[in-house]
Amino acid sequence: MRTLRFLLKKEFLQIFRNKTVLKLIIALPLMQLLILPLAADFEIKNINIAIVDNDLSPMSQQLTSTIAASGYFKIIDSGNSYKIAFQQIENDKADLILQIPQNFEREMVREQSGNLFIAVNAINGAKANVGSVYLNRIIMEFNANIRTKLVGNTQNATLQSMEITSQFRFNKYLNYRLFMVPGILVMLVTLVGTYMCALNLVREKEIGTIEQINVTPIRKHHFILGKLIPFWIIGVFVFSVGLFIVAYPVYGVIVRGSIAVLYSYLSIYLVAVLGIGLLISTYSTNQQQAMSLAFFFLMIFFLMSGLFTPIDGMPDWAKWITRFNPVTYFIDVMRMVVMKGSGFVDLKVHFLVTIGFALFFNTWAIWNYRKTS
Amino acid sequence: MQPIVISTEKLTKQFGDFTAVSQITFDVQAGEIFGFLGANGAGKTTAMKMLCGLLIPTSGKATVAGFNVFTQTEQIKRNIGYMSQKFSLYEDLTVLENIRFYGGIYGMRTRDINSKSLDLIKRLNMHEVKDKLVESLPLGWKQKLAFSVAVFHEPKIVFLDEPTGGVDPVTRRQFWDLIYEAANRGITIFVTTHYMDEAEYCNRISMMVDGEIMALDSPSNLKKQFNSKTMDDVFYKLARNAKRGD
Repeated sequence: MRTLRFLLKKEFLQIFRNKTVLKLIIALPLMQLLILPLAADFEIKNINIAIVDNDLSPMSQQLTSTIAASGYFKIIDSGNSYKIAFQQIENDKADLILQIPQNFEREMVREQSGNLFIAVNAINGAKANVGSVYLNRIIMEFNANIRTKLVGNTQNATLQSMEITSQFRFNKYLNYRLFMVPGILVMLVTLVGTYMCALNLVREKEIGTIEQINVTPIRKHHFILGKLIPFWIIGVFVFSVGLFIVAYPVYGVIVRGSIAVLYSYLSIYLVAVLGIGLLISTYSTNQQQAMSLAFFFLMIFFLMSGLFTPIDGMPDWAKWITRFNPVTYFIDVMRMVVMKGSGFVDLKVHFLVTIGFALFFNTWAIWNYRKTS
Repeated sequence: MQPIVISTEKLTKQFGDFTAVSQITFDVQAGEIFGFLGANGAGKTTAMKMLCGLLIPTSGKATVAGFNVFTQTEQIKRNIGYMSQKFSLYEDLTVLENIRFYGGIYGMRTRDINSKSLDLIKRLNMHEVKDKLVESLPLGWKQKLAFSVAVFHEPKIVFLDEPTGGVDPVTRRQFWDLIYEAANRGITIFVTTHYMDEAEYCNRISMMVDGEIMALDSPSNLKKQFNSKTMDDVFYKLARNAKRGD
C-alpha cells in the first residue's frame, strides 16, 4: 500500500505539471459538449425545393405558399421550367422538384382529382426521405383543406378524415439534444479515459523509465493501480463537468433517475475503459502506435454504439457486434437514467456486462504487461 | 577472499536463431568494481538484463545476491540498483521528488528518505537545484543524480549500463569518484563502458566478443597477456575479429 501511495503521488505531480493534459481535461469536454450536439442534429430543415408551376392558378399559388410557410423548405427559383429545375438537382442546388401540371386547378374543381409530380434528389438519402415525407404531408393537408372548401359539408367529406394524435413520452417535445447530449458525454469520457491511460503508459516506455520501474521490486498490480486510479478520478471529473456544468445549464438535461445509479455505473465503466487503454499500451512500443490502435477501436466503438444511428436499424451481424461494445451499454444507461429515470433493477444486465468488460480487459492487460521478457 | 555476489555458469540467451549471449561463465566478488567491456552488439546489455531480472535466460545457471535469475527475479530486484543507457529519472519531477519516489518504492522508511535525501543533495552539491525539474539539469548532473538514485537504497550490487555516454571528461572523473565512494561502502559495481580509461579504474574486466567472454582479468594482467601498453590496444586486438557490429 505504501508503494501505491508513492506511485500515486508521482502520477498526480506529473499530471498537474503537464499543462497540455490539464487543458485537455478541462477544455475538451466543455468544447465538445458545446459544439457537437449542435452539429449532430438530425432534424432536417432548409430542404431546397424547386417548384415548377405550370398552372399559375390561385390554387397552385396557394399550395406554393403553404409549402413556403411550413418552415422546412426553401423555395428555389427555377423560372417554372422543369429543365432548369432538373439541372439544379444535378448541381445539387435543389433537393426536390414539385411539378404542378397545367390545368391543375381546373381538374381539381371539375374532376375532383389532380396530379402532382415530385422528383427527389436521393444522393443524401436521409434528406431525400425526410423531404418527400414532409412534402407529402403538406400536400395531404392542403388536399383536405380544399376538399372541405370545394365539396362543402357533404357526406363524403367526412369519409376520409382520420386523425392520429400522438403523445411523446420521455421527451415530450422531441428535443433532439436531450437524446444526443448524454450520448456525447459518454463518448467524451471514453475518449479521455482510453487515450490518457494508453498514452501515459507508452510514454514511460518511450522515455525508458518503465525499464527503471521494472528493475525495482514494485509489484505489477501496484504499478497498474498507480496508473488506473488517477485516470479514474479524472474520468469522473470530466463526466461531472460535462453533466453539471454543460449539459444541465446549456441544454437543460436533467437526470430523471438516480444520480447514484449513474455514478455507480460510471465507476465500473471507467475501469473497463481504462483497461482498454492499458491493454493498448501493452501492445504498443511508442505513442504513435498507441494512438493508431486507440483510434481504430474507438472509431468502431462509437460508430457501432447507437450514438448516431439506431442499433435497431442495423443488420443482425452488426447488432451482434454492438453487444460486445462497452460504449453501447453506457449510452443506453445514460439515456435510460437521464430520460426515462430507469433504476438499478432495469439496468442489472448493463451493470453485469460492464463488470465483465472491466474484468476481461484488465486481466488481459495485466497478463500482457510483463516486467520480464 | 570476499564472498561471491554474482555467479554465472554457461549463461546463454537466444532470440530465435540468434545467440546474443553464449555460455558466459564468471564470478564477481562483493565490493568489486567489475568492468564489462565489448564492442557494440557484443551482448553486454543482454547479459546485464539477465542478471537484473529483466530478461529470462535461455539456458545456463546464474545467481545474483544469492538468488536464482530464473525463478527469483523479484528477490533479485530488491537487492540491486540499475542505471540504464537511457536516462531513466523522471524529467518532469524535481531532483528531490525523484529521490523520494525511488526511495519510497524500494520500501525505505520516510524518516530515512528525508534525512538521506538531504545528505545526498549536499554531497552532490545540488542544493540550489533540488526543487528544479530534472529536465533543466545539464547531462552530467543528471547522470550523477541517476547513479546516486540507483544506489540510494543501499543495494548489494549496482548495474551501470554505459553510464557516462556523452559526458565530458571532467564530469566523468567526478562520476567515477561517486562509483568509488559507493564501492567503499561495500556496494558491488557492475559496469559496462566503451571508454578505455574507465576500464583502467576497474578491479577486473571481462571482454565480450560476439556473445562470448574472450578475456577476464585485472587491467594490468590483461595488458601483459596481450602484450599491449594500453587497454585500447587490448580492446582492439580482441574486438577486431568480431563478426557482429552495428
